[in-house]
Amino acid sequence: MATGTEPHLNSGGVRTGTRAAISAPHLRTDRWWLAPAATAAGLLAFIVYSTWRAFANADYYAAPYVSPFYSPCLAENCEPMRAGPNWDLFGSWWGVSPAIIILIFPLGFRLTCYYYRKAYYRGFWMSPPACAVAEPHKKYSGETRFPLILQNIHRYFFYAAIPVAGILTYDTVLAFRGGTDENYEWGHMGLGTLVFLVNIVLIWAYTLSCHSCRHIVGGKLKHFSKHPVRYKAWQWIGKLNARHMLLAWASLVSVALADFYVYLVASGVFDDPRFF
Amino acid sequence: MSSYEARFKVWRGDVQGGGLEDFEVEVNDGEVVLDIIHRLQATQAPDLAVRWNCKAGKCGSCSAEINGRPRLLCMTRMSVFTREETITVTPLRAFPVVRDLVTNVGFNYDKARQVPAFVPPADLGPGEYRMMQEDVDRSQEFRKCIECFLCQDTCHVVRDHEENKPAFAGPRFLMRVAELDMHPLDAASETGLDRKQTAQDEHGLGYCNITKCCTEVCPEGIKITDNALIPLKERAVDRKYDPLVWLGSKIMRRST
Repeated sequence: MATGTEPHLNSGGVRTGTRAAISAPHLRTDRWWLAPAATAAGLLAFIVYSTWRAFANADYYAAPYVSPFYSPCLAENCEPMRAGPNWDLFGSWWGVSPAIIILIFPLGFRLTCYYYRKAYYRGFWMSPPACAVAEPHKKYSGETRFPLILQNIHRYFFYAAIPVAGILTYDTVLAFRGGTDENYEWGHMGLGTLVFLVNIVLIWAYTLSCHSCRHIVGGKLKHFSKHPVRYKAWQWIGKLNARHMLLAWASLVSVALADFYVYLVASGVFDDPRFF
Repeated sequence: MSSYEARFKVWRGDVQGGGLEDFEVEVNDGEVVLDIIHRLQATQAPDLAVRWNCKAGKCGSCSAEINGRPRLLCMTRMSVFTREETITVTPLRAFPVVRDLVTNVGFNYDKARQVPAFVPPADLGPGEYRMMQEDVDRSQEFRKCIECFLCQDTCHVVRDHEENKPAFAGPRFLMRVAELDMHPLDAASETGLDRKQTAQDEHGLGYCNITKCCTEVCPEGIKITDNALIPLKERAVDRKYDPLVWLGSKIMRRST
């Protein structure tokens, strides 16, 4: 196939000397900008909301509901929660919002997630903004160098995400408590319980659909036939993994909604409607 | 059968230069873009260069860019466009142009040669290979590749950065590394060849930032990113960034 037209190694991209002489950076006529713009807007909205709530250090507990942003609560300045996820690991020296301690883990998990990487590389960094649309950067080294080589630690955040999801499951179980201050007992349910149930199902589905999970469970194997149980698990995770993007967004929205619900109840905007 | 006159802009030229040339050409029901290019050759531009073979989406020859999107000319129906729009056809923009819609895709053959071939197991002769279907399912998905190089063309790592071409094999050939690393009978590791490590060190896996354009353009619907590139990245992590897995594999002394 060689014709003697060897490429010149410069960074002209699609305008490199030996390529077809077309000055436009792209010739796409569809609304290619819509997906990265919507992605960036959605992520930005979550960043603004979660930053406000994480630093607010208030209105994160309304018995029996604990905001997922503050669970587990690992400092002394945490609000006491009845049978809740208080775990004073950091003591009294921690002066700012305790949400910051725990949010590092889900934040790291999502920041290094293979789906979110695609989303913010396209939406924020425009690398590339869309397929066959020229990126604006003169140089590109991908994930070969610091800091982006750190994306390879995704699986450690996956390991950390499992206990965090476990604690949020505990919080969801707690949401079945209720009654009066004196008779704070099991067997109750309110609208918040439903919100928490939906949230925890989505959190687990997103966590288990992770590409690292898929690899650890069975993807790393060379011979599935020698590991039938892991093969079945890999297939099951694979089905979830095919919806990883959907689950990433659904769980992002649900965790923000669960927190917002607690905020509304805790700040007295409305009372949690109790079913029984 | 209805027909209409469509407006086309087709890039014409060679490595010295060129530009988009306007055409008005007849389109009939059921036709694909390659039919229209052939009609242009037959009626208006007999010297228009285009590479094609099977007209069935299986040979991977007629790769080009239609309205800026990497596609097969023979698999793009005219019915996906409105009758009013002008359809732009250009050669692949990641490779050196030869003439008109034909590019020099030699880069891909160079990269193909750099991937070490399947290593036969020492204890099995020809005809003695036995594999379970579930063990070859993954590799078989990758074998659907028709070598159209649309994924290579759309990958911004080389499309937008010519200087990365020596270091980066591109999605098609990283998929080849994944295919061999997942092959149940590939004995590369017994010969000291660690495909997981070479994917990162020699084929530039780290350049991939998994933005999935390769998957978007694949005419065979291969899930290149989810089923080949990300699993390969995870395998590289096993070797290079996860000391526990590395230690475990040394202690267990076995290939799973």
